[in-house]
Amino acid sequence: MKVAVCVKQVPDAAASRRIDPASKRLDRSGETALNPFDANAVEEALRLKETAGGDGEVVLVSLGPEQALDALRKGLAMGADRALLVADEAAAGSDLVATSYALAKALEREQPELVLFGQQASDGDGACLWAAVAERLRRPAISQVAELSVDGGSVRGKRQTEFGYDTIEAPLPAVVAVSDAINEPRYPSLKGIMGAKKKPQEQLSLAELGVEADRAGGAGSRTVVLALSAPPGRGESRRIEDDGSAAEQIVAYLEEKRLL
Amino acid sequence: MSTLVFLEHHEGRLQKGPLGVLAKAAQLGLEPAGVVIGEGVRELAGDAGRFGAAQVYVADDARLAAPLPQPRVDVIAALVREHGFENVLFAQSVLAADVAAGLAARLDAGLNWDLADLSIEGGELRGTRAALADSVHAEVGWTRAPRLALVRSGTFDPVETGAGAAEPVDAPVELEDFSTAATMVEQAHAEQQGPSIEDADVIVAGGRGLGAPEKFSLAEGLARALGGAVGATRAVVDAGWYPYSAQVGQTGKTVSPKLYVALGISGAIQHKVGMQGSSTIVAINKDANAPIFEFSDLGVVGDVHEIVPKLTELVKQRKGA
Ligand SMILES: Cc1cc2nc3c(=O)[nH]c(=O)nc-3n(C[C@H](O)[C@H](O)[C@H](O)COP(=O)(O)OP(=O)(O)OC[C@H]3O[C@@H](n4cnc5c(N)ncnc54)[C@H](O)[C@@H]3O)c2cc1C
Ligand SMILES: Nc1ncnc2c1ncn2[C@@H]1O[C@H](COP(=O)(O)O)[C@@H](O)[C@H]1O
Repeated sequence: MKVAVCVKQVPDAAASRRIDPASKRLDRSGETALNPFDANAVEEALRLKETAGGDGEVVLVSLGPEQALDALRKGLAMGADRALLVADEAAAGSDLVATSYALAKALEREQPELVLFGQQASDGDGACLWAAVAERLRRPAISQVAELSVDGGSVRGKRQTEFGYDTIEAPLPAVVAVSDAINEPRYPSLKGIMGAKKKPQEQLSLAELGVEADRAGGAGSRTVVLALSAPPGRGESRRIEDDGSAAEQIVAYLEEKRLL
Repeated sequence: MSTLVFLEHHEGRLQKGPLGVLAKAAQLGLEPAGVVIGEGVRELAGDAGRFGAAQVYVADDARLAAPLPQPRVDVIAALVREHGFENVLFAQSVLAADVAAGLAARLDAGLNWDLADLSIEGGELRGTRAALADSVHAEVGWTRAPRLALVRSGTFDPVETGAGAAEPVDAPVELEDFSTAATMVEQAHAEQQGPSIEDADVIVAGGRGLGAPEKFSLAEGLARALGGAVGATRAVVDAGWYPYSAQVGQTGKTVSPKLYVALGISGAIQHKVGMQGSSTIVAINKDANAPIFEFSDLGVVGDVHEIVPKLTELVKQRKGA
C-alpha cells in the first residue's frame, strides 16, 4: 500500500516563538523541527508498511519553505521512503483554504491509498486541515484516531469524541488523522540518519503543481490577522527549579495559600 | 448579516456550546438561524428558539443518524448557497472542527478557529484568537463572506433570550457519494461515570510524563494524601493508562477545583480549556519550556518521580500533625 504522510515544519519547541509584528505572521527564521505530532503519523505509516512485510511505500508530503527539507529528513531518517516538498515564496501566509488546496494538488499527483495526518500543528493548533484536504480529494476521512487497522480495502479507527469512543470504518482510498497516543514514534538510528540524505527529495513550485497564483499565499487565503496584543496574565506566578527541595517548597506554598 | 449556527446534539439534547454561540450571535444582533442535522431531531429545533434562533433548519434523515462530519458539510453547504448566509458559526468540538474545515474547502471560505470572543467592528465580524499556546492574542477577520468560525469550547454561556419556540424549516438533504463512504461501526455514548471529578476541591492530574501506566500510583497517592480526585490527559486515556471518566479537557471534563496539581502534563490548549478555571494550579514538569508553566501559579521544573513520593510523604505528615 502506498501511504502519504502530511508533515509540517514548525519552530523548535525549545526556541521562543514570536509573531512578526509587521507581517503578523509567525517568525519562522529560528531553529525548526518536524512537528512532533507528525512523528506519530510517520510511525504509523512505517508500521503499516512493516506489517505488510515491507510492501508499499511511505511518502512524506509537505508545504513549507525550502528549509522544511530539514524536517522532512527527520521523517526520512525514521524510515520513510521519499519526500515531496511544495516550496514557493508565493505560498507564504497560506491559511487553511490555501494550504489544503496546494496539499490536495500534491496528493492528487501521488495518488496514495491512504493519507495520514498528525493530530495538530504545534504552531497553529488548528487540528482540522485533514477535513479540508479530504473534502478537496473527495475521500472519506476519520480524525483523532487512537487505534488504526487496515484490512483489505478498508480502514477502521477508534477515536475519542466529547462522548467517549467511536469506531469508524471507511473504504480506501481514505484520509486518517491520528492522535498523539496512537504509538510511540521511533528514534532514527544512526544508519537511518546517514541514509536519509540519499533518499529522493523532490521539490516543486506551485506552478509545477498546477496551483494558480491566486489560490496560494495571502491571495488565496480568506482569513486575516488584524492586530496582535499581549494576553491578560494569570497574575503573579512563581517558578522553582528542583534542587532537591522542591517537595518542601511546594508544601510551604500550599500552606501559604491555605490549601493544606 | 445573515448568520447560521451549527447546533450539535447528543442523545436527544442540544449541546451547551452551540447554544452559547447562538445566544452570543443573537446578542450581537446577527439574528441567527440554527441548523440541526440528524435523525429524529425535529423536536430539538423548538428548543433553539429560547436561545435566540428565529428559524431552525432541520435536516432529518436516516443517513444522518451517525454524527459524522462529511454529510453535514453537504447539508450546510446547500443552505449557505441557497440562502446566502454570510457567517456560519460553530462551537468547537471534534465533530464541528471537521465539519467547519470541510465546509471551508467546499465553499472556499475562510475559517478562524479557537476564538475566545466574537464582535462586530465597523459592521464586520471579528474574532479574538489566542495563539501560540495562548501567549499572543490576535484579532482576526475574514477577507470575504462566507465567514466560518469555530469558537473555543465553554466561551459563551447559553443564556435564554426569552424568545419563543423557533420555526422549524426543512433543509434539503442531498449527499455526495464520498460523504457517506465512512460509516459508524460503534458510536460513543455517555459512559457510566466513575467517581465524579467535577465536584472535587483538589485534583491531581497525570500525563504522559508519568512514564508508564503503573506510575499513575504516584498521582493516586498524592491525591489520597491531599483528599482529592485523580485526573488525566487525553494522551494517557487514549493510550489506555487511565479511564476516560477521569479525563480533563476539551473532550473530557471541565473542572475548577481549589487546587489542580499537574504531573508530567505539557499543557496543550485542549487540556487547558478543561482546567484553567482552577483557583490554584501547581505544575511539575521536567521541561522548563512546557506550555503548562505559562498558566501555572507555581511551576516546578523537575522530575515527577523524584518529587512526588517526597511530596506525598510531607503532605501526609502535615495532615497527620
Ligand atoms: C480535538 C482534540 C481534543 C483533545 N482533547 C483533549 C482533552 O480533553 N484533554 C487533554 O488532556 N488533551 C486533549 N487533546 C490532546 C492534547 O492536544 C495533547 O496532545 C495532550 O493533552 C497531551 O497530553 P500529555 O500532556 O499527557 O502528554 P505530552 O504532551 O506528551 O506531555 C508530557 C509532558 O511530560 C513531561 N515529562 C516527561 N517526563 C517527565 C518527568 N519524569 N517528570 C516531569 N515531567 C515529565 C514532558 O516534558 C511533557 O511536557 C485533544 C486534542 C485534540 C486534537
Ligand atoms: N504545511 C503543511 N504541510 C503538510 N502537512 C501539514 C501542513 N500543515 C499541517 N499539516 C498536517 O496537518 C495536521 C494538522 O494540522 P493543523 O490542522 O494545521 O493543526 C498536521 O499534524 C500535519 O499532519
